[in-house]
Amino acid sequence: MTLPVPPDTSALFRYVLRLGDLSLVLGQRLGEWVGHAPALEEDLGLANVALDLIGQARLLLSYAGEIEGRGRGEDDIAFLREHGEYLNPVLVEQPNGDFGQTILRQVLIDAFQLELYQRMMASTDQRLAEIAAKSVKEVRYHLRYSSGWLVRLGDGTADSHARVEKALESLWPYTVELFAEDELDRTMADQGVAPRLSEVKMAWLERIDEILSEATLRRPPDRSHAWHGKRGQHSEHLGYILAEMQHLQRTYPGARW
Amino acid sequence: MQDNRQWPLFEVFIRARGGLDHKHVGSLHAADARMAVDHARDLYTRRQEGVSIWVVPSKEITASDPAETDSLFEPARDKIYRHPTFYEIPDEVKTL
Repeated sequence: MTLPVPPDTSALFRYVLRLGDLSLVLGQRLGEWVGHAPALEEDLGLANVALDLIGQARLLLSYAGEIEGRGRGEDDIAFLREHGEYLNPVLVEQPNGDFGQTILRQVLIDAFQLELYQRMMASTDQRLAEIAAKSVKEVRYHLRYSSGWLVRLGDGTADSHARVEKALESLWPYTVELFAEDELDRTMADQGVAPRLSEVKMAWLERIDEILSEATLRRPPDRSHAWHGKRGQHSEHLGYILAEMQHLQRTYPGARW
Repeated sequence: MQDNRQWPLFEVFIRARGGLDHKHVGSLHAADARMAVDHARDLYTRRQEGVSIWVVPSKEITASDPAETDSLFEPARDKIYRHPTFYEIPDEVKTL
Protein backbone atom coordinates (compact mmCIF):
# COMPACT_ATOMS: atom_id res chain seq x y z
CA MET A 1 0.00 0.00 0.00
CA THR A 2 1.32 3.42 -0.89
CA LEU A 3 0.42 6.55 0.96
CA PRO A 4 -0.47 9.65 -1.05
CA VAL A 5 2.58 11.83 -1.37
CA PRO A 6 1.90 15.31 0.02
CA PRO A 7 2.72 18.13 -2.41
CA ASP A 8 6.25 19.47 -1.97
CA THR A 9 5.75 22.88 -0.41
CA SER A 10 9.34 23.44 0.68
CA ALA A 11 10.06 25.64 -2.34
CA LEU A 12 7.07 27.88 -1.64
CA PHE A 13 8.05 28.00 2.04
CA ARG A 14 11.56 29.22 1.20
CA TYR A 15 10.27 31.72 -1.33
CA VAL A 16 7.82 33.25 1.15
CA LEU A 17 10.65 33.45 3.69
CA ARG A 18 12.70 35.45 1.18
CA LEU A 19 9.91 37.99 0.83
CA GLY A 20 9.13 38.08 4.55
CA ASP A 21 12.76 38.35 5.68
CA LEU A 22 13.38 41.24 3.30
CA SER A 23 10.57 43.19 4.97
CA LEU A 24 11.50 42.05 8.48
CA VAL A 25 15.19 42.96 8.33
CA LEU A 26 14.63 46.27 6.55
CA GLY A 27 11.87 47.19 9.01
CA GLN A 28 14.20 46.43 11.91
CA ARG A 29 16.96 48.52 10.30
CA LEU A 30 14.70 51.51 9.74
CA GLY A 31 13.49 51.24 13.31
CA GLU A 32 17.00 52.19 14.42
CA TRP A 33 16.24 55.73 13.23
CA VAL A 34 13.50 56.27 15.78
CA GLY A 35 14.60 59.13 17.99
CA HIS A 36 17.59 59.92 15.75
CA ALA A 37 16.13 61.26 12.49
CA PRO A 38 17.18 64.74 11.34
CA ALA A 39 13.72 66.19 12.06
CA LEU A 40 10.72 65.13 14.11
CA GLU A 41 8.67 64.88 10.92
CA GLU A 42 11.22 62.48 9.37
CA ASP A 43 11.35 60.44 12.56
CA LEU A 44 7.66 59.68 12.10
CA GLY A 45 8.02 59.24 8.36
CA LEU A 46 10.71 56.58 8.69
CA ALA A 47 8.89 54.88 11.55
CA ASN A 48 5.74 54.65 9.45
CA VAL A 49 7.65 52.93 6.66
CA ALA A 50 9.27 50.60 9.20
CA LEU A 51 5.87 49.65 10.63
CA ASP A 52 4.44 48.95 7.18
CA LEU A 53 7.39 46.63 6.54
CA ILE A 54 6.95 44.81 9.83
CA GLY A 55 3.27 44.43 8.96
CA GLN A 56 4.22 42.80 5.65
CA ALA A 57 6.67 40.55 7.45
CA ARG A 58 3.94 39.41 9.85
CA LEU A 59 1.59 38.42 7.03
CA LEU A 60 4.34 36.64 5.10
CA LEU A 61 5.98 34.83 8.01
CA SER A 62 2.60 33.69 9.36
CA TYR A 63 1.88 32.30 5.92
CA ALA A 64 5.29 30.61 5.81
CA GLY A 65 4.47 28.95 9.13
CA GLU A 66 1.19 27.62 7.72
CA ILE A 67 2.91 26.29 4.60
CA GLU A 68 5.51 24.54 6.74
CA GLY A 69 2.76 22.99 8.85
CA ARG A 70 4.88 22.33 11.93
CA GLY A 71 3.00 24.72 14.17
CA ARG A 72 5.46 27.60 14.03
CA GLY A 73 3.85 31.04 14.20
CA GLU A 74 5.09 34.42 12.97
CA ASP A 75 7.03 35.11 16.20
CA ASP A 76 8.79 31.73 16.19
CA ILE A 77 9.92 32.29 12.64
CA ALA A 78 10.86 35.95 13.11
CA PHE A 79 12.75 35.58 16.39
CA LEU A 80 13.92 32.01 16.81
CA ARG A 81 15.77 31.14 13.63
CA GLU A 82 19.52 30.99 13.18
CA HIS A 83 21.63 33.33 11.08
CA GLY A 84 21.81 31.08 8.02
CA GLU A 85 18.05 30.49 7.96
CA TYR A 86 17.27 34.11 7.08
CA LEU A 87 16.79 34.47 3.34
CA ASN A 88 16.76 38.25 2.83
CA PRO A 89 19.00 39.86 0.20
CA VAL A 90 22.08 41.39 1.86
CA LEU A 91 21.15 44.88 0.62
CA VAL A 92 18.55 45.29 3.37
CA GLU A 93 20.97 44.40 6.16
CA GLN A 94 23.51 47.06 5.15
CA PRO A 95 24.01 49.75 7.81
CA ASN A 96 21.86 52.87 7.82
CA GLY A 97 24.88 55.18 7.39
CA ASP A 98 23.79 58.79 7.15
CA PHE A 99 20.27 59.84 6.21
CA GLY A 100 21.25 59.92 2.52
CA GLN A 101 22.48 56.33 2.58
CA THR A 102 19.28 55.15 4.28
CA ILE A 103 17.21 57.00 1.69
CA LEU A 104 19.20 55.56 -1.20
CA ARG A 105 18.85 51.98 0.10
CA GLN A 106 15.16 52.66 0.53
CA VAL A 107 14.69 53.87 -3.06
CA LEU A 108 16.38 50.74 -4.41
CA ILE A 109 14.20 48.42 -2.32
CA ASP A 110 10.96 50.38 -2.61
CA ALA A 111 11.17 50.31 -6.40
CA PHE A 112 11.98 46.58 -6.27
CA GLN A 113 9.04 45.79 -4.00
CA LEU A 114 6.73 47.94 -6.09
CA GLU A 115 7.56 46.21 -9.38
CA LEU A 116 7.49 42.79 -7.70
CA TYR A 117 4.21 43.19 -5.83
CA GLN A 118 2.42 44.87 -8.74
CA ARG A 119 3.01 41.68 -10.71
CA MET A 120 2.45 39.33 -7.80
CA MET A 121 -1.13 40.57 -7.50
CA ALA A 122 -1.74 38.13 -10.38
CA SER A 123 -0.03 35.24 -8.57
CA THR A 124 -1.50 31.75 -8.85
CA ASP A 125 -1.06 31.60 -5.08
CA GLN A 126 -4.18 33.26 -3.67
CA ARG A 127 -2.59 34.28 -0.37
CA LEU A 128 0.45 35.88 -1.99
CA ALA A 129 -1.82 37.72 -4.43
CA GLU A 130 -3.76 39.17 -1.50
CA ILE A 131 -0.64 40.13 0.45
CA ALA A 132 0.78 41.76 -2.69
CA ALA A 133 -2.42 43.74 -3.25
CA LYS A 134 -2.27 45.11 0.28
CA SER A 135 1.46 45.80 0.25
CA VAL A 136 1.56 47.52 -3.11
CA LYS A 137 -0.38 50.50 -1.74
CA GLU A 138 2.08 50.91 1.11
CA VAL A 139 5.12 50.47 -1.11
CA ARG A 140 3.91 53.06 -3.60
CA TYR A 141 3.92 55.63 -0.81
CA HIS A 142 7.32 54.45 0.46
CA LEU A 143 8.79 55.11 -2.98
CA ARG A 144 7.13 58.52 -3.19
CA TYR A 145 8.73 59.40 0.14
CA SER A 146 12.19 57.98 -0.56
CA SER A 147 12.49 59.12 -4.18
CA GLY A 148 11.31 62.60 -3.21
CA TRP A 149 14.16 62.77 -0.71
CA LEU A 150 16.73 61.30 -3.08
CA VAL A 151 15.95 63.99 -5.67
CA ARG A 152 16.26 66.68 -3.00
CA LEU A 153 19.59 65.36 -1.78
CA GLY A 154 21.06 64.51 -5.19
CA ASP A 155 19.96 67.80 -6.71
CA GLY A 156 20.65 69.69 -3.47
CA THR A 157 23.87 71.09 -2.08
CA ALA A 158 27.37 69.95 -3.05
CA ASP A 159 27.58 68.13 0.28
CA SER A 160 24.26 66.30 -0.02
CA HIS A 161 25.03 65.34 -3.63
CA ALA A 162 28.44 63.94 -2.67
CA ARG A 163 26.93 61.91 0.17
CA VAL A 164 24.22 60.20 -1.86
CA GLU A 165 26.66 59.67 -4.73
CA LYS A 166 28.97 57.84 -2.35
CA ALA A 167 26.05 55.82 -0.98
CA LEU A 168 25.05 54.86 -4.52
CA GLU A 169 28.59 53.66 -5.29
CA SER A 170 28.72 51.51 -2.17
CA LEU A 171 25.17 50.08 -2.29
CA TRP A 172 24.72 49.50 -6.01
CA PRO A 173 26.70 46.21 -6.11
CA TYR A 174 24.17 44.72 -3.67
CA THR A 175 21.30 45.27 -6.11
CA VAL A 176 22.70 42.58 -8.41
CA GLU A 177 21.54 39.91 -5.97
CA LEU A 178 17.93 41.11 -6.13
CA PHE A 179 17.70 39.97 -9.75
CA ALA A 180 20.13 37.06 -9.76
CA GLU A 181 17.64 34.35 -10.67
CA ASP A 182 18.32 30.95 -9.12
CA GLU A 183 16.56 27.61 -9.16
CA LEU A 184 13.98 28.71 -6.58
CA ASP A 185 13.12 31.93 -8.44
CA ARG A 186 12.74 29.91 -11.64
CA THR A 187 10.47 27.33 -10.01
CA MET A 188 8.23 30.03 -8.57
CA ALA A 189 8.01 31.82 -11.92
CA ASP A 190 7.27 28.55 -13.75
CA GLN A 191 4.39 27.90 -11.37
CA GLY A 192 3.05 31.44 -11.81
CA VAL A 193 3.55 32.11 -8.10
CA ALA A 194 6.04 34.93 -8.74
CA PRO A 195 6.90 37.10 -11.74
CA ARG A 196 10.06 36.52 -13.76
CA LEU A 197 12.92 38.42 -12.18
CA SER A 198 14.20 39.49 -15.60
CA GLU A 199 10.88 41.22 -16.20
CA VAL A 200 10.93 42.85 -12.76
CA LYS A 201 14.47 44.03 -13.38
CA MET A 202 13.63 45.79 -16.63
CA ALA A 203 10.79 47.73 -15.05
CA TRP A 204 12.91 48.45 -11.96
CA LEU A 205 15.84 49.78 -14.01
CA GLU A 206 13.57 52.08 -15.96
CA ARG A 207 12.13 53.48 -12.75
CA ILE A 208 15.52 53.80 -11.05
CA ASP A 209 17.09 55.51 -14.07
CA GLU A 210 14.30 58.07 -14.08
CA ILE A 211 14.74 58.85 -10.37
CA LEU A 212 18.55 58.94 -10.59
CA SER A 213 18.48 61.30 -13.54
CA GLU A 214 16.14 63.65 -11.70
CA ALA A 215 18.50 63.44 -8.74
CA THR A 216 21.44 64.26 -11.08
CA LEU A 217 23.10 60.92 -10.22
CA ARG A 218 24.63 58.38 -12.56
CA ARG A 219 24.00 54.66 -12.34
CA PRO A 220 27.22 52.73 -11.59
CA PRO A 221 28.03 49.61 -13.64
CA ASP A 222 26.90 46.21 -12.32
CA ARG A 223 29.56 44.09 -10.70
CA SER A 224 29.61 40.40 -10.01
CA HIS A 225 28.81 39.69 -6.39
CA ALA A 226 29.98 37.28 -3.76
CA TRP A 227 27.00 37.21 -1.43
CA HIS A 228 23.91 35.08 -1.40
CA GLY A 229 21.63 36.38 1.31
CA LYS A 230 18.71 34.80 -0.51
CA ARG A 231 20.36 31.44 0.21
CA GLY A 232 21.28 32.26 3.79
CA GLN A 233 24.85 33.49 3.27
CA HIS A 234 24.96 36.91 4.82
CA SER A 235 27.26 39.87 5.41
CA GLU A 236 28.67 40.41 8.89
CA HIS A 237 25.90 42.93 9.64
CA LEU A 238 23.01 40.48 9.98
CA GLY A 239 24.41 38.95 13.16
CA TYR A 240 24.24 42.29 14.97
CA ILE A 241 20.72 42.93 13.77
CA LEU A 242 19.57 39.50 14.96
CA ALA A 243 21.31 39.88 18.31
CA GLU A 244 19.29 43.00 18.99
CA MET A 245 16.07 41.77 17.41
CA GLN A 246 16.06 38.35 19.05
CA HIS A 247 17.42 39.39 22.43
CA LEU A 248 14.04 39.61 24.17
CA GLN A 249 12.60 36.34 22.84
CA ARG A 250 15.83 34.48 23.54
CA THR A 251 16.09 35.82 27.08
CA TYR A 252 12.41 35.49 27.96
CA PRO A 253 11.06 32.73 25.69
CA GLY A 254 7.41 33.28 24.84
CA ALA A 255 7.33 36.80 26.33
CA ARG A 256 4.26 38.80 25.25
CA TRP A 257 3.03 42.33 25.84
CA MET B 1 15.75 87.88 9.16
CA GLN B 2 14.72 84.41 8.05
CA ASP B 3 16.32 81.55 9.94
CA ASN B 4 17.55 79.13 7.26
CA ARG B 5 18.46 76.40 9.71
CA GLN B 6 14.76 75.67 10.22
CA TRP B 7 12.32 74.53 7.51
CA PRO B 8 9.39 76.93 7.03
CA LEU B 9 6.16 76.29 8.89
CA PHE B 10 2.99 75.01 7.20
CA GLU B 11 -0.57 74.89 8.49
CA VAL B 12 -2.36 71.59 7.87
CA PHE B 13 -6.03 71.11 7.02
CA ILE B 14 -7.63 67.67 6.87
CA ARG B 15 -10.96 66.58 5.42
CA ALA B 16 -12.21 63.75 7.58
CA ARG B 17 -14.49 62.30 4.90
CA GLY B 18 -16.20 63.25 1.68
CA GLY B 19 -18.73 66.09 2.07
CA LEU B 20 -17.10 67.64 5.12
CA ASP B 21 -14.93 70.76 5.24
CA HIS B 22 -11.18 70.70 5.62
CA LYS B 23 -10.43 71.47 9.28
CA HIS B 24 -7.28 72.96 10.70
CA VAL B 25 -5.47 70.23 12.63
CA GLY B 26 -2.05 71.71 13.37
CA SER B 27 1.20 72.76 11.81
CA LEU B 28 4.53 71.24 10.80
CA HIS B 29 7.89 72.07 9.29
CA ALA B 30 8.79 71.14 5.72
CA ALA B 31 11.17 72.33 3.00
CA ASP B 32 8.33 72.87 0.52
CA ALA B 33 4.67 72.15 -0.12
CA ARG B 34 5.17 68.63 -1.46
CA MET B 35 7.16 67.61 1.58
CA ALA B 36 4.55 69.27 3.77
CA VAL B 37 1.83 67.03 2.27
CA ASP B 38 3.99 63.94 2.93
CA HIS B 39 4.66 65.01 6.49
CA ALA B 40 1.01 65.83 7.06
CA ARG B 41 0.10 62.35 5.84
CA ASP B 42 2.59 60.81 8.26
CA LEU B 43 1.76 63.04 11.23
CA TYR B 44 -1.94 63.67 10.98
CA THR B 45 -3.57 60.76 9.13
CA ARG B 46 -1.90 57.81 10.89
CA ARG B 47 -5.16 56.85 12.53
CA GLN B 48 -7.40 57.18 9.50
CA GLU B 49 -8.24 60.80 10.28
CA GLY B 50 -8.67 61.93 6.72
CA VAL B 51 -9.25 61.51 3.01
CA SER B 52 -7.79 64.82 1.82
CA ILE B 53 -4.99 67.15 2.92
CA TRP B 54 -4.40 70.86 2.35
CA VAL B 55 -1.21 72.61 3.41
CA VAL B 56 -0.67 76.36 3.46
CA PRO B 57 2.56 78.22 4.27
CA SER B 58 1.91 79.77 7.69
CA LYS B 59 3.38 83.07 6.55
CA GLU B 60 0.66 83.33 3.89
CA ILE B 61 -2.05 83.48 6.53
CA THR B 62 -3.26 86.92 7.48
CA ALA B 63 -4.77 86.93 10.95
CA SER B 64 -6.99 89.40 12.74
CA ASP B 65 -5.30 91.52 15.38
CA PRO B 66 -6.08 90.39 18.95
CA ALA B 67 -5.96 94.06 19.99
CA GLU B 68 -8.94 94.71 17.76
CA THR B 69 -11.09 91.95 19.23
CA ASP B 70 -13.54 94.40 20.76
CA SER B 71 -14.23 96.37 17.65
CA LEU B 72 -14.30 93.32 15.40
CA PHE B 73 -16.42 90.92 17.41
CA GLU B 74 -18.28 92.79 20.17
CA PRO B 75 -20.86 94.36 17.83
CA ALA B 76 -22.20 90.93 16.85
CA ARG B 77 -22.85 89.88 20.41
CA ASP B 78 -26.29 91.49 20.89
CA LYS B 79 -27.66 90.48 17.49
CA ILE B 80 -28.96 87.02 18.26
CA TYR B 81 -31.62 87.36 15.55
CA ARG B 82 -28.84 86.58 13.09
CA HIS B 83 -28.76 83.01 14.32
CA PRO B 84 -31.01 80.77 12.22
CA THR B 85 -32.42 79.09 15.32
CA PHE B 86 -36.03 79.48 14.23
CA TYR B 87 -35.92 76.85 11.54
CA GLU B 88 -36.97 73.23 11.84
CA ILE B 89 -34.10 71.08 10.53
CA PRO B 90 -35.27 68.05 8.52
CA ASP B 91 -34.06 64.70 9.83
CA GLU B 92 -32.42 63.94 6.49
CA VAL B 93 -29.86 66.71 6.98
CA LYS B 94 -27.00 65.04 8.78
CA THR B 95 -23.91 67.18 8.59
CA LEU B 96 -25.25 70.68 9.22
